[in-house]
Amino acid sequence: MLALAVRRILVAIPTLLAIVAAAFLLMKAAPGGPFTLERQLPPEIEQRMQAKFGLDLPVGEQLARYIFGSDEGGGLIRGDFGPSMTYKDKNVIEIIAEGAPTSALLGLGAMALALLVGGGLGVMAALRQNKIQDYAVMALAIAGVCLPPLVVGPVMQLLFGVQLGWFPSQGLYRDEFGLAYLILPIVTLSLPLIAIVSRLMRASMIEAMRSNAIRTARAKGLPEAQVIWRHALPIAILPVVSYVGPALAGVMAGSFVIETVYQLPGIGKQFVYAAQQRDYTLVMGVVLIYSFLIILMNLAADLMYRVLDPRTRTA
Amino acid sequence: MPISTNRRTLLTGAAGLGAAASLGACANARVVGFDKSRKSLDIANSSEPLSLDPHKATGSWENNIIGNMFIGLTTEDANSEPIPGMAERWEVSEDLLTWTFYLRRASWSDGEACDAHDFAFAMRRILSPETLSQYASFLYPIKNAELIHNPPEGTAALSPDELGVTAIDDLTLEIRLEHPAPYLPQLLKHYTAYPIPKHVYERVGDEWVKPANIQVNGPYKLTRWWSNYIIHLEKNPRFYDAENVELEHLYFYPQNDVQAAARRVLSGEAGWATRFPSNQVEVLRRDLPGYVRVSPYLTVNYFSFNMTRPPFNDVRVRQAISMAYDRDFVASQIYRTGEQPAYKFIPPGVYNYATTARYPWAGQPLEERKREAERLLREAGYGPNNPLRFAFSHRNTSDNPRVAVVAQNDWNAIAPWVTVELRGVENQVHYANLRAKNFDCGDGGWIGDYNDAKNFLYLFESRTGAQNYPGYNNPIYDQLIRDSDVERDDARRAQLMLQAEELLLREAPICCSVFINSTNLVHPDISGYEDNIEDIHRARWFGIRA
Repeated sequence: MLALAVRRILVAIPTLLAIVAAAFLLMKAAPGGPFTLERQLPPEIEQRMQAKFGLDLPVGEQLARYIFGSDEGGGLIRGDFGPSMTYKDKNVIEIIAEGAPTSALLGLGAMALALLVGGGLGVMAALRQNKIQDYAVMALAIAGVCLPPLVVGPVMQLLFGVQLGWFPSQGLYRDEFGLAYLILPIVTLSLPLIAIVSRLMRASMIEAMRSNAIRTARAKGLPEAQVIWRHALPIAILPVVSYVGPALAGVMAGSFVIETVYQLPGIGKQFVYAAQQRDYTLVMGVVLIYSFLIILMNLAADLMYRVLDPRTRTA
Repeated sequence: MPISTNRRTLLTGAAGLGAAASLGACANARVVGFDKSRKSLDIANSSEPLSLDPHKATGSWENNIIGNMFIGLTTEDANSEPIPGMAERWEVSEDLLTWTFYLRRASWSDGEACDAHDFAFAMRRILSPETLSQYASFLYPIKNAELIHNPPEGTAALSPDELGVTAIDDLTLEIRLEHPAPYLPQLLKHYTAYPIPKHVYERVGDEWVKPANIQVNGPYKLTRWWSNYIIHLEKNPRFYDAENVELEHLYFYPQNDVQAAARRVLSGEAGWATRFPSNQVEVLRRDLPGYVRVSPYLTVNYFSFNMTRPPFNDVRVRQAISMAYDRDFVASQIYRTGEQPAYKFIPPGVYNYATTARYPWAGQPLEERKREAERLLREAGYGPNNPLRFAFSHRNTSDNPRVAVVAQNDWNAIAPWVTVELRGVENQVHYANLRAKNFDCGDGGWIGDYNDAKNFLYLFESRTGAQNYPGYNNPIYDQLIRDSDVERDDARRAQLMLQAEELLLREAPICCSVFINSTNLVHPDISGYEDNIEDIHRARWFGIRA
């Protein structure tokens, strides 16, 4: 297991580099640049700006400089994400560090909720297949997938924030941070996740209940509860685990819509603004964090597989 | 400065987002936008500052914050008129080229003296090319400033020490100029001329502007800057006029979405929004009685014609297209806050510039103008056998797409053989296209950086370079602007600039569209907020009405 983890981490390095290169070239392909403003810069200053960020070099060299740094230092391999090209007083690490806690909390909270609620509903639907409970859960799931947070968010704000007054409806309290402010956004973010998790759970649970392993368990005369929780669930949860890994990375890297609707300081918003302004380094920073999370979560999912499914251990 | 309030506005997708979000007119019950007992004011500012360093800032939304932290030699009163700031008084030499400022005794927020050396240091820093200041050109009237910051090609840059700014003693600052500039007090209240704390800069360099390091000489001090979320300023007790500053806390929120800005005020979470959607003005007047503030603003929206290639290298085509555009309709129907149609280039109300300039055909009814436009186009060789086709490029933000449709319609209506294609793109791409002269006709806007006609007219000087979007190059025009620079008499100077503006209207490198108004939502219990043409409102003047 350790060997697998180490091997996967080693493979992750070239993968990350490839992602960096691809994202970098895509960024460069977009027209305009960070200094294309309506008030034109004096040519001398623009040249200096370009030189400061190495934008006057050929793209290949820019990429090399971004990854390996220049003589003055910097470079990804030294852990330096560089200065932001638009936010002149801050560097990329600082900006991400300001937004990351909010986005990470939102993502983790939403996923935990999705697993608890979605998983539970899925199991219930599977055990009551083609009964009213099953249909109800699936209808809910369809609704959850179809209704985007863009719609659900404001409705939740209106209902729970304004009408009922149970939760703060948007934002933090000025610059104060607290979990209470994240409840509505977490619920909003988790609804589509709940929907997907419950459908996955239902489908694989139905399949698991029909498997030979379960038939054997029943034949042994195990109580039904034990059959379900000890034997069926670990098999049924596998597809959910492989979905949750990358999905968790996705939600933790910030949601532009949620952060805008609820006025929260996360990195999802930063990413969209940065892309609009061609803040190459900031975009790259967020892309890197996201890819790193994806790789990490995929690895975690694979390791989980080994724990849950005895078959993969021998394979 | 450019019409930057739009520059960072969201993708069109986000417009939908704003609309959806405004469904839930949400309130965070604990935040009171204008809290009289805590003496705090929450402000929906139009965007996230790209920098709070006065030498690197470029936008009006940055000015809204920085201007509460620093005070220049001159500063603005509630009407945005220049008044003595750090300088208590000043003298001008006989030849109008040397100004001597006598400073008041004052200190930075850490108690260190803020004196003439800080000013001299700051001006050298902003003009030094290493600082990479984008707005340093404002200070070009100062002796040697341009030669230090952006020397003509082929010559070496002068050292910043050669700048015509000298601290004669701690409290006396001498500024020598390249040419008479009667508008110097206007200019010196701009953030490019703010002092910075030399003693902090020498210790930490460019990091001086971080909340942990920054020291200010103005009414408020930066205590928290959370990117894309909130900026908190607190009253600076060491400010020289602190006893007259009433509000203790200012919270600025970057509100890229103009709908959300209004919503924040509607829900009571902000006491002041620096703009609102103009098409909702009636609703806002009804729901927020006493809040809506609309005022003429130093802003003109105009379309540039690309004069470097057909069809717009022909003056008749430019005139025809300018003529056939129904700016009255746009001013009254697209913008809803009393905007004025632009039959001239320089917005009304500019300081020392009582203009009489107007398009020669401004009085004619639109139908007549359209007929005249058709005649001009035929004269230029266009007709059924040689149709006129061109593209109108516009920014796809804010009201611009709606204006574009009107313009397209007006131009297509000149004759069946005129075809206009619309190309709406993201701001960044749009400006890149304009600069590269990769357009036929393109929209744009200009907010005056200081209250002087020169700040508008210089856009079409040939030496302005890529930002002269039409590529207008007329030696007579250039000469008029140069003459106005060295003219000492205000009235004669205005006369020269007027001639330049009239030339601009005749030759039509641009088509003037609309003079934009500033729009603010201000809590009626805030006193000391005055409408003004620069749309600059410093919180030190604000008070609380019982």
